[in-house]
Amino acid sequence: MDVLYFAWVRERIGLPRERVDTSAATVADLVAELSAREERYAAAFADLAALRVAVDQELADFDAPLAGVREVAFFPPMTGG
Amino acid sequence: MRIVVQADPFDFGAEAAAFAEGRDDLGAVVTFTGVVRGDAALERMEIEHYPGMTEKALEQIAAEAVRRWDLGDVLVIHRYGPMRPGERIMMVATAAAHREAAFDSAAFLMDYLKSRAPFWKKEHAADGDSWVAARAADEAALTRW
Repeated sequence: MDVLYFAWVRERIGLPRERVDTSAATVADLVAELSAREERYAAAFADLAALRVAVDQELADFDAPLAGVREVAFFPPMTGG
Repeated sequence: MRIVVQADPFDFGAEAAAFAEGRDDLGAVVTFTGVVRGDAALERMEIEHYPGMTEKALEQIAAEAVRRWDLGDVLVIHRYGPMRPGERIMMVATAAAHREAAFDSAAFLMDYLKSRAPFWKKEHAADGDSWVAARAADEAALTRW
Protein backbone atom coordinates (compact mmCIF):
# COMPACT_ATOMS: atom_id res chain seq x y z
CA MET A 1 0.00 0.00 0.00
CA ASP A 2 0.99 3.64 -0.27
CA VAL A 3 1.86 5.35 3.00
CA LEU A 4 1.82 9.15 3.00
CA TYR A 5 3.19 11.64 5.50
CA PHE A 6 2.32 15.30 5.90
CA ALA A 7 3.62 18.36 7.74
CA TRP A 8 6.07 17.62 10.58
CA VAL A 9 5.50 13.88 10.23
CA ARG A 10 6.83 14.15 6.67
CA GLU A 11 9.77 16.21 7.84
CA ARG A 12 10.63 13.86 10.69
CA ILE A 13 10.45 10.73 8.54
CA GLY A 14 12.14 12.49 5.65
CA LEU A 15 9.87 11.57 2.78
CA PRO A 16 6.35 12.43 1.59
CA ARG A 17 5.24 8.93 0.58
CA GLU A 18 6.47 5.40 0.15
CA ARG A 19 5.26 2.02 -0.96
CA VAL A 20 5.07 -0.43 1.95
CA ASP A 21 4.60 -4.16 1.65
CA THR A 22 2.91 -5.17 4.85
CA SER A 23 0.62 -7.75 6.32
CA ALA A 24 -0.35 -5.43 9.19
CA ALA A 25 -3.97 -6.02 10.16
CA THR A 26 -4.63 -2.56 11.55
CA VAL A 27 -3.22 0.95 11.40
CA ALA A 28 -1.72 0.41 14.87
CA ASP A 29 0.06 -2.72 13.60
CA LEU A 30 1.45 -0.72 10.67
CA VAL A 31 2.66 1.97 13.06
CA ALA A 32 4.42 -0.67 15.17
CA GLU A 33 6.00 -2.19 12.06
CA LEU A 34 7.27 1.18 10.78
CA SER A 35 8.48 2.26 14.23
CA ALA A 36 10.58 -0.90 14.49
CA ARG A 37 12.31 -0.08 11.20
CA GLU A 38 14.33 2.99 12.07
CA GLU A 39 14.64 5.65 14.73
CA ARG A 40 13.13 8.39 12.53
CA TYR A 41 9.87 6.42 12.31
CA ALA A 42 9.87 5.69 16.03
CA ALA A 43 10.39 9.42 16.67
CA ALA A 44 7.54 10.42 14.37
CA PHE A 45 5.17 7.88 15.90
CA ALA A 46 6.26 8.36 19.52
CA ASP A 47 3.05 10.12 20.57
CA LEU A 48 0.01 8.78 18.74
CA ALA A 49 -2.24 11.27 20.54
CA ALA A 50 -0.48 13.98 18.51
CA LEU A 51 -1.22 12.20 15.23
CA ARG A 52 -4.20 11.70 12.98
CA VAL A 53 -4.62 9.00 10.36
CA ALA A 54 -6.59 8.73 7.13
CA VAL A 55 -7.36 5.41 5.49
CA ASP A 56 -8.11 5.68 1.77
CA GLN A 57 -8.50 9.44 2.26
CA GLU A 58 -11.06 9.20 5.08
CA LEU A 59 -10.22 10.06 8.69
CA ALA A 60 -9.93 6.87 10.70
CA ASP A 61 -8.88 5.48 14.08
CA PHE A 62 -5.65 3.68 14.82
CA ASP A 63 -7.56 0.41 15.25
CA ALA A 64 -8.97 0.66 11.71
CA PRO A 65 -8.46 -2.54 9.68
CA LEU A 66 -6.17 -2.42 6.64
CA ALA A 67 -7.60 -5.28 4.57
CA GLY A 68 -8.06 -4.06 1.00
CA VAL A 69 -6.75 -0.58 1.82
CA ARG A 70 -4.68 1.21 -0.83
CA GLU A 71 -3.55 4.35 0.95
CA VAL A 72 -2.79 5.28 4.56
CA ALA A 73 -1.75 8.78 5.58
CA PHE A 74 -0.29 10.07 8.84
CA PHE A 75 -0.33 13.73 9.84
CA PRO A 76 -0.71 16.12 12.78
CA PRO A 77 -4.10 17.63 13.69
CA MET A 78 -5.27 19.74 10.79
CA THR A 79 -5.07 23.54 10.72
CA GLY A 80 -7.26 24.68 7.87
CA GLY A 81 -9.29 27.83 7.50
CA MET B 1 -22.20 23.95 -4.46
CA ARG B 2 -18.70 24.78 -5.61
CA ILE B 3 -15.43 23.65 -4.02
CA VAL B 4 -12.12 25.07 -5.22
CA VAL B 5 -8.64 24.12 -3.99
CA GLN B 6 -5.89 26.13 -5.67
CA ALA B 7 -2.49 27.70 -5.14
CA ASP B 8 -3.31 30.93 -6.97
CA PRO B 9 -4.90 33.94 -5.28
CA PHE B 10 -8.64 34.31 -5.87
CA ASP B 11 -10.62 37.44 -6.67
CA PHE B 12 -12.78 37.87 -3.58
CA GLY B 13 -14.82 40.72 -5.07
CA ALA B 14 -15.65 38.82 -8.22
CA GLU B 15 -16.45 35.61 -6.31
CA ALA B 16 -18.70 37.40 -3.82
CA ALA B 17 -20.51 39.27 -6.59
CA ALA B 18 -21.08 36.17 -8.70
CA PHE B 19 -22.20 33.98 -5.79
CA ALA B 20 -25.97 33.31 -5.85
CA GLU B 21 -26.30 36.09 -8.44
CA GLY B 22 -29.78 36.26 -9.91
CA ARG B 23 -31.36 34.06 -7.23
CA ASP B 24 -34.19 36.21 -5.88
CA ASP B 25 -35.34 33.36 -3.62
CA LEU B 26 -32.17 33.70 -1.54
CA GLY B 27 -32.57 36.70 0.72
CA ALA B 28 -29.38 36.16 2.73
CA VAL B 29 -25.79 35.77 1.59
CA VAL B 30 -22.94 35.43 4.11
CA THR B 31 -19.25 35.42 3.21
CA PHE B 32 -16.26 34.74 5.42
CA THR B 33 -12.66 35.32 4.38
CA GLY B 34 -9.55 34.03 6.14
CA VAL B 35 -6.47 36.27 5.87
CA VAL B 36 -2.84 35.57 6.80
CA ARG B 37 -2.35 37.48 10.05
CA GLY B 38 0.92 39.38 10.14
CA ASP B 39 1.95 38.37 13.64
CA ALA B 40 5.36 39.42 14.91
CA ALA B 41 8.20 38.58 12.55
CA LEU B 42 6.03 36.45 10.22
CA GLU B 43 7.51 36.59 6.74
CA ARG B 44 5.33 34.06 5.00
CA MET B 45 3.03 31.16 5.62
CA GLU B 46 3.18 27.89 3.72
CA ILE B 47 0.06 25.74 3.55
CA GLU B 48 0.46 22.06 2.81
CA HIS B 49 -2.51 19.89 1.90
CA TYR B 50 -3.44 16.34 0.94
CA PRO B 51 -4.43 16.42 -2.75
CA GLY B 52 -7.41 14.17 -3.31
CA MET B 53 -8.49 13.97 0.30
CA THR B 54 -8.71 17.76 0.59
CA GLU B 55 -11.34 18.06 -2.13
CA LYS B 56 -13.24 15.05 -0.74
CA ALA B 57 -13.22 16.40 2.82
CA LEU B 58 -14.39 19.85 1.70
CA GLU B 59 -17.18 18.30 -0.35
CA GLN B 60 -18.30 16.19 2.60
CA ILE B 61 -18.29 19.20 4.94
CA ALA B 62 -20.23 21.32 2.44
CA ALA B 63 -22.70 18.47 1.81
CA GLU B 64 -23.26 18.19 5.56
CA ALA B 65 -24.03 21.94 5.72
CA VAL B 66 -26.55 21.53 2.89
CA ARG B 67 -28.12 18.61 4.76
CA ARG B 68 -28.48 20.59 8.00
CA TRP B 69 -29.64 23.93 6.62
CA ASP B 70 -31.87 24.90 3.75
CA LEU B 71 -29.19 26.47 1.56
CA GLY B 72 -29.53 27.73 -1.98
CA ASP B 73 -25.80 27.64 -2.62
CA VAL B 74 -22.42 27.04 -0.97
CA LEU B 75 -18.95 28.12 -2.07
CA VAL B 76 -15.64 27.08 -0.53
CA ILE B 77 -12.31 28.32 -1.90
CA HIS B 78 -9.13 27.29 -0.08
CA ARG B 79 -5.57 28.00 -1.17
CA TYR B 80 -2.37 26.11 -0.52
CA GLY B 81 1.29 26.99 -1.03
CA PRO B 82 3.18 30.11 0.09
CA MET B 83 1.34 33.25 1.20
CA ARG B 84 2.36 36.57 2.70
CA PRO B 85 0.72 38.45 5.59
CA GLY B 86 -2.45 40.15 4.37
CA GLU B 87 -3.12 37.62 1.61
CA ARG B 88 -6.46 35.85 1.53
CA ILE B 89 -6.16 32.18 2.40
CA MET B 90 -9.72 31.04 1.89
CA MET B 91 -13.36 32.04 1.72
CA VAL B 92 -16.73 30.47 2.26
CA ALA B 93 -20.06 31.80 1.09
CA THR B 94 -23.52 30.56 1.95
CA ALA B 95 -26.89 31.63 0.59
CA ALA B 96 -30.28 30.94 2.11
CA ALA B 97 -33.76 32.40 2.22
CA HIS B 98 -33.12 33.86 5.69
CA ARG B 99 -30.03 35.03 7.54
CA GLU B 100 -29.97 32.51 10.40
CA ALA B 101 -29.31 29.60 8.04
CA ALA B 102 -26.69 31.59 6.11
CA PHE B 103 -24.80 32.74 9.24
CA ASP B 104 -25.02 29.41 11.07
CA SER B 105 -23.98 27.30 8.09
CA ALA B 106 -21.02 29.62 7.38
CA ALA B 107 -19.87 29.24 11.01
CA PHE B 108 -20.34 25.47 10.77
CA LEU B 109 -18.26 25.35 7.57
CA MET B 110 -15.48 27.36 9.20
CA ASP B 111 -15.42 25.23 12.35
CA TYR B 112 -15.16 22.03 10.30
CA LEU B 113 -12.65 23.46 7.82
CA LYS B 114 -10.35 24.34 10.72
CA SER B 115 -10.15 20.84 12.16
CA ARG B 116 -11.40 18.36 9.56
CA ALA B 117 -9.95 19.49 6.23
CA PRO B 118 -6.39 18.24 5.61
CA PHE B 119 -4.44 21.50 5.56
CA TRP B 120 -1.37 22.29 7.66
CA LYS B 121 0.11 25.74 8.14
CA LYS B 122 3.80 26.41 8.54
CA GLU B 123 4.97 29.84 9.60
CA HIS B 124 8.28 31.15 8.31
CA ALA B 125 9.51 33.97 10.52
CA ALA B 126 12.74 35.89 10.98
CA ASP B 127 13.45 33.82 14.10
CA GLY B 128 12.72 30.41 12.54
CA ASP B 129 10.06 28.12 11.08
CA SER B 130 7.28 26.39 12.97
CA TRP B 131 4.17 24.36 12.26
CA VAL B 132 1.00 25.97 13.55
CA ALA B 133 -0.43 23.77 16.30
CA ALA B 134 -4.11 22.92 16.29
CA ARG B 135 -5.95 24.74 19.07
CA ALA B 136 -8.02 22.83 21.59
CA ALA B 137 -10.65 25.57 21.25
CA ASP B 138 -11.02 24.77 17.54
CA GLU B 139 -11.63 21.10 18.28
CA ALA B 140 -14.05 22.02 21.08
CA ALA B 141 -15.95 24.30 18.68
CA LEU B 142 -17.15 21.23 16.77
CA THR B 143 -19.19 20.04 19.73
CA ARG B 144 -21.62 22.95 19.35
CA TRP B 145 -22.93 21.47 16.13
